[in-house]
Parts: sequence; C-alpha cells; structure tokens
Amino acid sequence: MKPESLSRRDFLRLAGLGGAVLVSGCASTMGAQAAAGGDDFYFVQLSDCHWGFEGAAINPDAKGTLKRAVAAVNALPRQPDFVMFTGDLTHTTDDPRERRKRMTEFREIASALKVKDVRFMPGEHDASLDNGKAFKEFFGETHYTFNHKGVHFIVIDNVSDPMAAIGDEQLQWLRADLEKQPKSARIVVFTHRPLFDLYPQWDWATRDGAQAIALLQAHENVTVFYGHIHQENHFMTGSIAHHSAKGLMFALPVAASQPKRLPIPWDASVPYKGLGYRAVEAEDKPVKYLITEWPVG
Amino acid sequence: MQLHRRMLLRAAAAIGVVALGGRVAVQAQPKPRVIPIVARKFTYDPQQLTLKLNEPVIFRLTTLDVVMGFSVPDFGVRATIIPGQTTEVAMTPTKAGEFTFLCDVFCGSGHEDMDGTMRVVG
Repeated sequence: MKPESLSRRDFLRLAGLGGAVLVSGCASTMGAQAAAGGDDFYFVQLSDCHWGFEGAAINPDAKGTLKRAVAAVNALPRQPDFVMFTGDLTHTTDDPRERRKRMTEFREIASALKVKDVRFMPGEHDASLDNGKAFKEFFGETHYTFNHKGVHFIVIDNVSDPMAAIGDEQLQWLRADLEKQPKSARIVVFTHRPLFDLYPQWDWATRDGAQAIALLQAHENVTVFYGHIHQENHFMTGSIAHHSAKGLMFALPVAASQPKRLPIPWDASVPYKGLGYRAVEAEDKPVKYLITEWPVG
Repeated sequence: MQLHRRMLLRAAAAIGVVALGGRVAVQAQPKPRVIPIVARKFTYDPQQLTLKLNEPVIFRLTTLDVVMGFSVPDFGVRATIIPGQTTEVAMTPTKAGEFTFLCDVFCGSGHEDMDGTMRVVG
C-alpha cells in the first residue's frame, strides 16, 4: 500500500466524507467548539515527553517542559474527556533501575493533570529494552481497547518488540476486536510508531504495520494518531488518515531533509519551538476530527 | 528448432556454460565480494562502505555484544545479527548514490545513532 501525501484540499474533501480536519485556533475557542455538539467530545494527545533526557543545547528546560504542558492542559477553558500519552514517556536508559525512577517521576508529573482519565502507551524508549516489563509495572497493558461516547479506541503496541513489530499474536487480537465492530464504527487507533513506511531510513516505520493497516482498512471510519517522529505529519493510506504529533522534549527534522536524524537544537529566540500538544475534537455527524495544535511556550 | 537452440543458448548463458569448438566448458560465476561488518554498541565497523553498481556482495555480519539489526531500506535488505553467530545477507546494488544502513533493532541508549553510509558508484 503506497501512502499518499495529504494536501490541504484532501483535508477539506475529507471534511465532508468522514476523515480528519485540521483547525488552527486558540484556547478560548476550544471549549465553545466542543460544547456545540450533543455527544461530541474532545481529548488531548501528549507525546514523546522523553522524561530523563539531558542536553542543554537541545532543551535547556528538560525538567520543565512536561510540567508546562500539564499546566497548559489544566488551563484549557473546558477540560478534555481524557488525555492520551502516545509513548516515549521516558527517555531510554540501559539501567533498569533508572528506567523505573524516570517512570516514577513521570507518573507523578502526569498525576497533576486535572483530568483523571489519563491513558498511557509505551514508546520504544520505554519498552524496547525489556519488552515492556517496566512499563506494565507502572502503567498497565501495552495494548488495549476502550470505548468512549460512540468511538472505539484501539491502542496498538509496536514498540515492546525491539524489532519494531506488532507481532502475530497482537495482530490476531486486533483482527478479533475489529470483527466485533460494525463496518461503519468510528474507530480511532493510537500507536507510537507510524504504521506505514514513513521513512525507514530513520526507523520511522513498523515492520508489520502493513498487516495492521490491511485489517483496519476493512472499516470505513478509521483514524490513526501516533507519535515517534516529534512533528506533525499527515498521511493517507487508502481511506485511513494518519496524524503524528509534536513532541514535548525536542523536535526532529522532516524526513530526508538532512543526512542524520538529529534533534533540532534549541532556538533561544523562539523557546520551545517545534514542541507542543494537540486537542482532538471527535464529531459524530458527520464523522470527523478537528485537530487543534497548541504550543507549550 | 531455431527457438529450441535459442532457449538452450539462453539457459547456457544463465549457468555459465560456454561451447568451445565442440567441447563444453563450465565457467564458475564470479563469487560475490564478501564484506565483513562487525556491530557493537552503538556502531558498525566499517561505517562507510563503497560498492560498485550491479556488483553482487555478501555482507558477513557479526555482533560483539547484543542483538542488532542491519537494514538497507533503499534496497529492501535487512538481517538480524545474533551474538555468537555469523549472519550473511546478499545484495546487488542496482542504483548509484549514497544510502543509509542502520540498526533497526532497538539495542540501547545509543541505538538512534547507529548507522552508516553506503556509496554505490557506477
């Protein structure tokens, strides 16, 4: 399956056909939008916090950025129904004790969110060195589903296997779950890595992601939100829209824009540039997702 | 008859058989060049490779510490390298240019820096 780039015109077209719409806005309008629909709701996606990262040239406020994001979410005029962290909660370490220390600290910071429905999934930095063992101790299962106001959410783990694979067992689980959903079900998928081959040269892919996409493709209203690449990216594979989120520790360059996948250095003239989080408003009639990006600066 | 002869010649060329004045000699195909690559946290030795366009090569891969990957996405080639084992993977570069090879098995805190450059020259 060859992904196609998603142009602004495509977004506008999809607005009428049940895809995703990007909306720029400010905090003062978010509550009003969310309140307009009957069972419409919104959630917040936070991603790639990399708690424990150190590098003043990349982020001199490494110990403050996540806290700023938490404060910013708490300041939203209308609180989201839930918050989803899409992986790389912590920065990787080869020391299992240090990994748990970072997870302890991360969990404590996240507990300051006013919203108490907070969900987590691992990134490769959290889970790939111990197959998700520490993550499970702190945050529970690495793949799961939940339903919220008519939307079926599926969390797919494509990081606990250090080979960046979902694996046959989880794919069977996904197949069985999807078989229980009507073709027209509103389905939102959270993953850490892109399910499609965004840029394998920088490890921006999931080895068996095409199998997951093939299973999801049988449904009409599927949208994927993911992290990993520390920037916005919007792609279509067939009828499925894939939206990556900005990170909360450092930004990464656009795929293939430079030889190496190196973090973008801190810009003192624009602190926190490239970092941020997003609100996603789920609308039922027609099915669409209004994505609003927020800076942390 | 003509067609049969052509097919025989084509088959002979494929397996390196050459007719010489009524005698038949079997020529060995040139062996692919073997390129040893040693992986360790978090680098490859060598990190720079130069290959000739259309020259078949075999990467002979070993790792000194943990499980590693060796992936050349531009040519659809990859292998997993297990400590204590030698892994061989064949490749024939069919396009010239500079390409990345990288570890695609998350191997530790320096994993994201573990890559190298492959130059394919015409």
